[in-house]
Amino acid sequence: MQYFVQQLINGLTLGSIYGLIAIGYTMVYGIIGMINFAHGDIFMVGAFTALIVFLILGAMFYSVPVVLALLIMMIVAMLLTSLYNWTIEKVAYRPLRGSFRLAPLITAIGMSIALSNFVQVTQGPRNKPIPPMVSKVYNIEGISVSLKQIIIVVVTALLLALFWYLVNKTSLGRAQRACEQDRKMAALLGIDVDRTISITFIMGAALAAVAGTLFLMYYGVIAFSDGFVPGVKAFTAAVLGGIGSLPGAVLGGLMIGFIESMWSAYFSIDYKDVAAFSILAIVLIFLPSGILGRPEVEKV
Amino acid sequence: MAVTVSPERDVVATPVQRAFREALYAGAIALGLFVLFIGLKTDQNISNELILVQRWGLLAIVVIATAVGRFLYVAYGQPFMANQKIADVATGLLPDSVATRFFRLPYFIAAIVIAALLLVLASSLDGLLGPGLAGYARFVRALAIIYALASVLFYFRAFIHAHFSALGIAALALYPIIVVLSLALYGGSIAAGFQGSLKWVDNFGIQILIYVMLAWGLNIVVGLAGLLDLGYVAFYAVGAYAYALLGTQYGLSFWILLPAAGAMAAFWGVLLGFPVLRLRGDYLAIVTLAFGEIIRLVLINWREVTNGSAGISGIPKVTFFGLMTFNVSDPNYIAKVLNIATSSAYYKIFLYYLILGLCLLTAFVTIRLRRMPVGRAWEALREDEIACRSLGINTTTTKLTAFATGAMFGGFAGSFFAARQGFVSPESFVFLESAIILAIVVLGGMGSLVGIAVAALVMIGGTEVLRELDFLKQVFGPDFTPELYRMLLFGMAMVIVMLWKPRGFVGSREPTAFLKERRAVSSSFTKEGHG
Repeated sequence: MQYFVQQLINGLTLGSIYGLIAIGYTMVYGIIGMINFAHGDIFMVGAFTALIVFLILGAMFYSVPVVLALLIMMIVAMLLTSLYNWTIEKVAYRPLRGSFRLAPLITAIGMSIALSNFVQVTQGPRNKPIPPMVSKVYNIEGISVSLKQIIIVVVTALLLALFWYLVNKTSLGRAQRACEQDRKMAALLGIDVDRTISITFIMGAALAAVAGTLFLMYYGVIAFSDGFVPGVKAFTAAVLGGIGSLPGAVLGGLMIGFIESMWSAYFSIDYKDVAAFSILAIVLIFLPSGILGRPEVEKV
Repeated sequence: MAVTVSPERDVVATPVQRAFREALYAGAIALGLFVLFIGLKTDQNISNELILVQRWGLLAIVVIATAVGRFLYVAYGQPFMANQKIADVATGLLPDSVATRFFRLPYFIAAIVIAALLLVLASSLDGLLGPGLAGYARFVRALAIIYALASVLFYFRAFIHAHFSALGIAALALYPIIVVLSLALYGGSIAAGFQGSLKWVDNFGIQILIYVMLAWGLNIVVGLAGLLDLGYVAFYAVGAYAYALLGTQYGLSFWILLPAAGAMAAFWGVLLGFPVLRLRGDYLAIVTLAFGEIIRLVLINWREVTNGSAGISGIPKVTFFGLMTFNVSDPNYIAKVLNIATSSAYYKIFLYYLILGLCLLTAFVTIRLRRMPVGRAWEALREDEIACRSLGINTTTTKLTAFATGAMFGGFAGSFFAARQGFVSPESFVFLESAIILAIVVLGGMGSLVGIAVAALVMIGGTEVLRELDFLKQVFGPDFTPELYRMLLFGMAMVIVMLWKPRGFVGSREPTAFLKERRAVSSSFTKEGHG
């Protein structure tokens, strides 16, 4: 039982990170109906920015309180990563909006390749380890919960609450939902569609940057190629939850996290990704539009 | 870079003013993007701690280059391109196209003279100019030769357009012979010709043709049936491992295993096809992606059979249809049988013709299938699945045959790949490969065999050329390795080509069924599937 709860906590931590990335996928998909393949690499850029900010802080000050350091890393990463995603949307996706469906998918894959190789060329191909930032571990009745895990879950929960408020209660969120339902009609009603889409990309990137910072803090290492696997898992999570649905993305993220940690704990660590992907395939056979997704209504 | 400004301000501003403003924006954005990534570099010091190296000079260069580039584009590039579309008032003609202005007889003669001069001086270049300038001279020579060839192609463009397939096949069939002969002339002996041809036949010829074959195979699934497949590399892997395992374990010949590998890959294609029959669009995409990853992860982790990440080596070579072999130690070695000098180039040239034959087989089957009921059903499925079902087409078998046929060609290409490398490992079958193949299909214009071949030539050939650009070391210093920028440029090229031609190189379609005469369907009328 203890072992099970332990795995549950590990899965929750992992799932939070996947959920944060998955929201970026699902929002972009909801609003312009494209798979933003570069999102995983946006996450990696976020983590790398956090790493560089961490090193700058280390070089400039003798000691910085950990909370403050994390906050600064997160904020700078959010700003710069948003700038990346904003630029990518302007350069690579906007000119192809309304073009045929595979065109933005290919530019997204191209951007993904370009981003990870840009980081490789400028920062070098090696793994970049940092000293552990937070090392405290609590022991509650034989279950060890590290402070890192608590930070991750708390930050994710706070962000999700903020995000829920933004999407459901503000005029910006209303504009986003309107664009999602009918872009042309929204434009006719005076919503600046381009701006709304840009903001969606910025929000997705900001969440990915937070996920990147938390990932760096949790694992203490990042490399240029680290965007792909979490990106694919988060995308899987978004599809599993029903792409286009925000609660679905979080739910899918948590599910992928649980499947992974349970499978590594009880079966074999080698096949944890195989398990996650197989469960995706099985779920989609029975629920072809994900768990919380709306079935696509086909108009003839 | 593509900073859009509100149209009201554009009316007032002159192009140069506007360009200046946009250059400032672009510079500011570039500064934001690159300040941490180019301005600083994370490096390990001796005690393995990360330290930051400052590179502000490089950052300034990149930012200024971005701003200047944007300025030139907005101030001169955009007006120039707009002018190209405006007909002259007096004559009613469009201005000379860039191409006719670029390819002119005097330029052509100049290029020929430069190329000939530098070819004659080839051996004494280093002595005359010193090693630094000689590098540039070789680059100029390459440019001159390319320009001359391009001019010839441009001059005969109507003829080439009319007989494209025949000319293309002839050029491909003659390619190794031309390479060997011209290098033999250049090097002075037949042996030198064979030795020098290795790189050209292997790195350029075989490498590009493998991608052509893979892309043509994927084209059946994506281009014809309209099913978005992001895990095509899985079938490539199945074919490669089928040959590698059966060839090394049981010593079976390539000629038996080639169809076996194709059949096995087709079987896996059906196996993948079943669960995804109900899925559409992006759900299909993610499940195929997951399938590709599952195959790769199983190859990595099933160590007892696949030897894990270490891969399988010592894969037997292809024999010359069982008559001769390409193993030097074998009594049936081709050079001993034919009584010619030993060279490793024979095998490469043989492989070149083998993959060319496989490519032509793929093209032939695709063209013939398009005219058969099953091919028409694929294309109908791509255009409209509901209409397809209403007309009584069995979408299940249609989808499954598309997956199986596409996968079979992937399997053929895979077993060829294993035979060519002599070594396979899961490293070769990552998602990036699927993405590259899909990119080639889309860039070529989905469904068009010629367009796909051109896209493969441009994208794969282009990245291979980067390996040859040694002269860049003289510009950027000896530490500069052009190969490092290969994938970065590949990704950017994907974006740029897609923005330039969203429908791919050949966007129009040739109908398979027509009344009286065949007319190409313009790209704006063609549709693509929804999976």
